[in-house]
Amino acid sequence: MFDALSERLRNTLGALTGRGRVSAADVDTAMREVRLALLEADVNFKVVKDFVARVRERAAGAEILESLTAGQQVVKIVNEELVGLLSAGDRTFRLTGSPAVVLLVGLQGSGKTTTAAKLARHLQHQGRRPLLVAADPYRPAAADQLQTLGKSLEIPVYRAAAGVSVLAIARGGMEAARKQVRDVVIVDTAGRLTADAPLMKEIAELSAAVKASETLLVVDAMTGQEAVGVAEAFAAAVPVTGLILTKIDGDARGGAALSISAVTGIPVKFMGTGEKTDALEVFHADRLAGRILGMGDVLTLVERAQEHFDEKQATKMAEKLRKNSFTLQDMLEQMEQVRKLGPMGQIIEMIPGLGGMAKEAQASVDRGDLKRVEAIIRSMTAQERQDPNILNGARRRRIARGSGTRLQDVNQLLKQFGDVQKMMKQLSGGRLGRRMPGMFGQG
Amino acid sequence: MEEPSAEDLAPGDLTAGLQKSRGGFMSRLRGLLSAGPGAADWDAVEELLISGDVGGELAIEVVERARRRKSEETAEAAVRAELAALLLPVEPGWRMEPAAPGQPAVVLVVGVNGTGKTTTIGKLAHGFQAEGRTVLLAAADTFRAAGIAQLRIWADRSGSQFVAHAPGADPAAVVYDALDAALARHVDIVIVDTAGRLHTKSSLMDELAKMRRVIDRRIPGARPEVLFVLDATTGQNGLAQARVFHETVGLTGIVLTKLDSTAKGGIVFAIEDALKVPVRFVGVGEKLGDLLPFDPDAFVAALFA
Repeated sequence: MFDALSERLRNTLGALTGRGRVSAADVDTAMREVRLALLEADVNFKVVKDFVARVRERAAGAEILESLTAGQQVVKIVNEELVGLLSAGDRTFRLTGSPAVVLLVGLQGSGKTTTAAKLARHLQHQGRRPLLVAADPYRPAAADQLQTLGKSLEIPVYRAAAGVSVLAIARGGMEAARKQVRDVVIVDTAGRLTADAPLMKEIAELSAAVKASETLLVVDAMTGQEAVGVAEAFAAAVPVTGLILTKIDGDARGGAALSISAVTGIPVKFMGTGEKTDALEVFHADRLAGRILGMGDVLTLVERAQEHFDEKQATKMAEKLRKNSFTLQDMLEQMEQVRKLGPMGQIIEMIPGLGGMAKEAQASVDRGDLKRVEAIIRSMTAQERQDPNILNGARRRRIARGSGTRLQDVNQLLKQFGDVQKMMKQLSGGRLGRRMPGMFGQG
Repeated sequence: MEEPSAEDLAPGDLTAGLQKSRGGFMSRLRGLLSAGPGAADWDAVEELLISGDVGGELAIEVVERARRRKSEETAEAAVRAELAALLLPVEPGWRMEPAAPGQPAVVLVVGVNGTGKTTTIGKLAHGFQAEGRTVLLAAADTFRAAGIAQLRIWADRSGSQFVAHAPGADPAAVVYDALDAALARHVDIVIVDTAGRLHTKSSLMDELAKMRRVIDRRIPGARPEVLFVLDATTGQNGLAQARVFHETVGLTGIVLTKLDSTAKGGIVFAIEDALKVPVRFVGVGEKLGDLLPFDPDAFVAALFA
């Protein structure tokens, strides 16, 4: 899971720094690692071959920049190539016609219905007046799902009675849009297997009838090697103008998108980043490249933090830090907050430069270091959490017994906490006091 | 893991075959295989495994092991044998049974979003009903818009009983009520539908763990069948998913869905090998009868089809 390319290269090429060129042997080693990293990221094996050949060409004899190691140099080349591939194509989102039509297509379970709602919300926020059309008569309750989502966004949903053909539904949707003065029609279609000839014919006919200005293929970020075949089959049936990569809020690296773009030239236009209807983003090539490489992804980390951290609580915590009234109880709450962000190793991995520490951090979690700290604090009374000074020997022994830890574990935690408090005192009261003597009546 | 030699990677061969279609590639592979395994044969088989989502590292490892067999068989036959060895033996006569007489057997169905949990439950319910057993479906996916409505349709189609709360309700409470109802009505099997959740969302995984605890508390010693539903088109992330779900609720089986697609589901080898959780069923279509017991031999053979 943490076999990020940068770490692989660090391990195999070592810290070969500065001067000279990347040697032929280094290139061979590096290319093996690049290949495995890309395959691990679900990049199609044919694309990997092609890609590795190109990187090899650039890496062979490349001048190693003074500030970089050979490994970093290779990562830099790989990253540039990835961004290049992912940036290819015209990523403009075009809405023409009145109403303009957006058609969503894809396999079952890729996330079309949720994406349709997200896209509608996105366009609504841009001042458009979208109408959603439920053109999936096959999956039980699919139209109900879209209607529920539409209602929550106050966007109208057109649906037809059971047994109405997909073409008739689409025509009805267009008619409804004109009547209700809606300028964009988003058509949600049934998931279909590319091997299902009748359903592929159906989507081709639907596409021809609605003349969509955007036909978007919805692709699950967790898709494996078949992604290219799927995209090719859809592109053969309908004029696909872009991809929407969904479920990017998981930890799949999303190599499928790279494969599809590389083979078919279809650009990625949006990414689905969560279950809520506002979790849709315009695509950023550099961010996906970093993700495929397993390099730092600070933006994702920040987003997750925003999603999970309670702003009021954060303000309260900052206030406590400032006033130097940070207690063991607060520390416990902080640990819980951080844990919500995901597995520790994964969080560390997202911080550029700390990728190498991910395994160690995860190991520390696996060893139960954090759990032990939590158990110790939970074995304290509310009063003890507020004021650790009252913790005499008897209390400490009780806490150790209660938390299933050793007395020295309790002592160590209290010492660490004492150090933290001292540090905060210096940061807040102390320094402020020195700088502005007397102004606040305290030093 | 064994380090592959430089020869395995055949760097000079990297661009060969790049432009070939899959059909051309396959016929070339068969031609090569008939002449007895050479370096190119092994490379071709390795690529075939990778293209079936077996994974780069595992494919290299499997091919390396097959090479070391040094037998007379073809590369494909040697690799097939190694792949089959990765899969757990099928338990003959495995049947969904309650832990104690008078109790319902409990099936908890989990997985990430969009893998086909609800459809799988419809098929399972149909299969159990066809065996003459009574089934109750618990709509513990209270998050997804119309998730409850979707399951209700499957309950009607399969003739199962149905327990649901309002959308947004606590899924653990739904599980509790469903088990109560099943005990009172002497239902044979309770199947719990859960919301799809990404394994990286710890609060949602905690919610799932709570459902599991409710089962254990309401029916002590229940030993529920915890089925992880995996989409066959899933790539290498499937292992990370399975691992976290296994840690959270203790998986007892896997349902590999959408095997009627063009994907091969090769990630299953890594999952079975790492977690020792067997694939119980495969989904091969949208009809009620399209859920089959897993056949390891047929599965391995399909990789080479």
